[in-house]
Amino acid sequence: MSMAVNLPPVRPQTDHKRPGLLRRIVAEYGQECVVLAAIMLLFVVVTLVNPRFVNANNLVTIFSGNAYIAVAAIGMAMVIMTGNIDVSVGALIGVLATVAGTLAVSGYPIWFALVAPIFVGMAVNTVIGVLVAYAKIPSIVVTLGALSILRGGLISVTGGTWISDLPPDFLIAQKRLLGLPVPFLFMIVLTIAAFLWMRYSAFGRSIYAIGGNPEAAVATGIPVERRLVSVFAIHGAFAGVAAILFATQLQVIQSTVPPNLELTIITATVIGGVSILGGSGTVIGSTLATILFATIGSALIFINVSAYWLRAVIGLLILATVLADMLRRHRRT
Amino acid sequence: MTAPFISLSGMSKSFVGIRVLKDVDFDVREGEVHALLGENGAGKSTLIKMMAGLYKPDSGTITVNGEEMKFAATGDATAAGIATVYQELLLFPELTVAENVFLGHYPRTGAGWIDWAAVRARTRELLDQLDTHDLDVDAKVLTLSVAQRQRVEIAKALSRNARILIMDEPTASLVESDVQRLMQVVRQLRERGVGIVYVSHRMSEIFALADRVTVLRDGAHVATCDIGEVNEQQLVSMMVGRPIDSLFPKAEAEIGETVLEVKSLNHGRHVQDISFRLRRGEILGIAGLVGSGRTELALTLFGMTPATSGEILMEGVPVRIGSPRQARDLGIAYVPEDRGLQGLVRPMAIRKNVSMATIEKLSSGIFIKARAEAERAREAVRRFGIRCRDIDQPVSELSGGNQQKVVIAKWLETEPKVLILDEPTRGVDVGAKAEIHTIMGELVKRGVAILMISSELPEVLGMSDRMLVMSGGRVTAEIDRADATPERVGAAMTAHRGAEAA
Repeated sequence: MSMAVNLPPVRPQTDHKRPGLLRRIVAEYGQECVVLAAIMLLFVVVTLVNPRFVNANNLVTIFSGNAYIAVAAIGMAMVIMTGNIDVSVGALIGVLATVAGTLAVSGYPIWFALVAPIFVGMAVNTVIGVLVAYAKIPSIVVTLGALSILRGGLISVTGGTWISDLPPDFLIAQKRLLGLPVPFLFMIVLTIAAFLWMRYSAFGRSIYAIGGNPEAAVATGIPVERRLVSVFAIHGAFAGVAAILFATQLQVIQSTVPPNLELTIITATVIGGVSILGGSGTVIGSTLATILFATIGSALIFINVSAYWLRAVIGLLILATVLADMLRRHRRT
Repeated sequence: MTAPFISLSGMSKSFVGIRVLKDVDFDVREGEVHALLGENGAGKSTLIKMMAGLYKPDSGTITVNGEEMKFAATGDATAAGIATVYQELLLFPELTVAENVFLGHYPRTGAGWIDWAAVRARTRELLDQLDTHDLDVDAKVLTLSVAQRQRVEIAKALSRNARILIMDEPTASLVESDVQRLMQVVRQLRERGVGIVYVSHRMSEIFALADRVTVLRDGAHVATCDIGEVNEQQLVSMMVGRPIDSLFPKAEAEIGETVLEVKSLNHGRHVQDISFRLRRGEILGIAGLVGSGRTELALTLFGMTPATSGEILMEGVPVRIGSPRQARDLGIAYVPEDRGLQGLVRPMAIRKNVSMATIEKLSSGIFIKARAEAERAREAVRRFGIRCRDIDQPVSELSGGNQQKVVIAKWLETEPKVLILDEPTRGVDVGAKAEIHTIMGELVKRGVAILMISSELPEVLGMSDRMLVMSGGRVTAEIDRADATPERVGAAMTAHRGAEAA
């Protein structure tokens, strides 16, 4: 079936030994390994200082409390891999959480309240995706606009009130399945599924290709515009899941999401090794980075350092990540 | 015989475990032009970057004027009298010529301010020495042509009193008249006692300029000799490591029925009223100057810039080509002029680039059949002789010729009926060039129809069964292989322009 031609073997093919599995993993997933090592190191050091760090409650806080950020970061990683960015996702999560809560307290079926945010998220981000892909407006501009609209709209509509008296069945983030917190399970399952899909599907491959060289992607017959819209829509679906995990972890829903949520999500993606220029990285990295943030936050409390240091530490991490990336690149050239 | 000004001995260098330079000796005397030859990936760039202080050798010594030197940074090399004019010129486009020339070592007034009058006067003097009286020292560099910028680079090197000037493929992006002028400048510099390291693929320049020549192959030193001792064929076989009998091995193929027919195709200014037929097993060459509409025609046929009017028939059936995807699905493939821009995703592995156009066919359900994909890639590497570590090596680490083979392999995976090759051998070294021509010959034997765009007249004349000559967006001549002469093609390349101006 092949049309390739047989050329005479003109030069001896250099035989290089295939490096071992561990070396290949470190070579391909360097940043992921660094973040994982940082988490493990923190665990060992803080536990030595204060053994209560590894008690069950605290582990739940670390691995489950920030799971919604990790879920949102999966979608963000895909968007950034295509060479785009979304600064409106925090505001979107706020809107979707309010949508879910309002539906839940207005007597709609619980399943509907839990599923609706996913579709609303996809709808909103499809519009964003169309503006980016077809109208060719830079994603930073489109999503800055979306950020203002969503955040302003939410405060105007809700007047900043909280939603309370949520039905107990609605609060799925507080439940456990197989003895594990539901948000943790969501994070693990979605991360692994997204990782495999990105790595082994034609769709995932095209995302890396678009981020790596959009012109070549077009010239190879990849439907770049359609793919971009899909990626934004999928990102919206992940934002929907994240919004549900966020909305159901407390007894009330505030219409003010954690401020700078989108920046935390973007930071997790970048520290997890997704190149801000697109074309490389994995969602495993972004999830690990989210866990790292939670670990640092908790560690600061356990070794009695003001939690305000968290942001400063994360800032240092960003710089360290970029520096490590530069050094790795430098060694290669 | 004068002693060398700079001599390098036993230079070795490895990157991530791969030895790119093995125990190479090289020296340059004052007042000579020393040509450095080798295929892409032979180690020329690494060697000159060591002389420039950009790379540190793993082993080996550099001796300048009899004194052993260690170049820790480019500044050390500059101080030792070595300057480099790189292929990609390193000037600041927003600054003026004079500002660029003396950047980093501006003459000062007594009070410590920059002495702009001296900067401008001395720049003028340097440019005059290069016979460049027409260049304004106050012009911003962004307004200059490539050839002018190159002269600014040379002036910059001279402003630092360079004794050795390294020129990395200085004529790669120059038009013929500028090449002549540059060669004149090189001769003048030699007369003034400057030693010149001249890196080029073009044999004619090397024989016209060089006093000595050094050939590298696969990171090793092959030979250094006086230019009078060798001929062109010997140099080429030294570079490639085997004799090359013919640069244009045109394979005879049976020409069949028409595959692609184009009738009065239009797109903008550059594609006007184009009609032609392309048959199975045929190589149709498209000649023309830059801007004649050659590439634009290819882009229109491939759906990048869909035609605004006219008809395209594939095997007799009228088709509309609105996107590269449609073109691909119709059996048209396009190997672009600029492989880095449109041909490859450079950070991606060879395997993933080879499968990129056929990834849907290589999938079952939502997942890619990884084993089949790897098998296809390994076969491509073997059949095209792509020099690489393994199929998981990023294509950015390959030489130009091997990158081009990856692009061709990618498109052959789609089993095209029509293959458009836009400058298939630009920036590709001699050995790989012959290999690409062999591939083309094999393909037409299998019934593929090839549309080949090339700026290189010998290539068009040597490879094509028939050629279209374009000028000003129109076809000005259609010439059969038997009737084609460089004069006829050359005349047609400029023909229409004159007619339109009149």
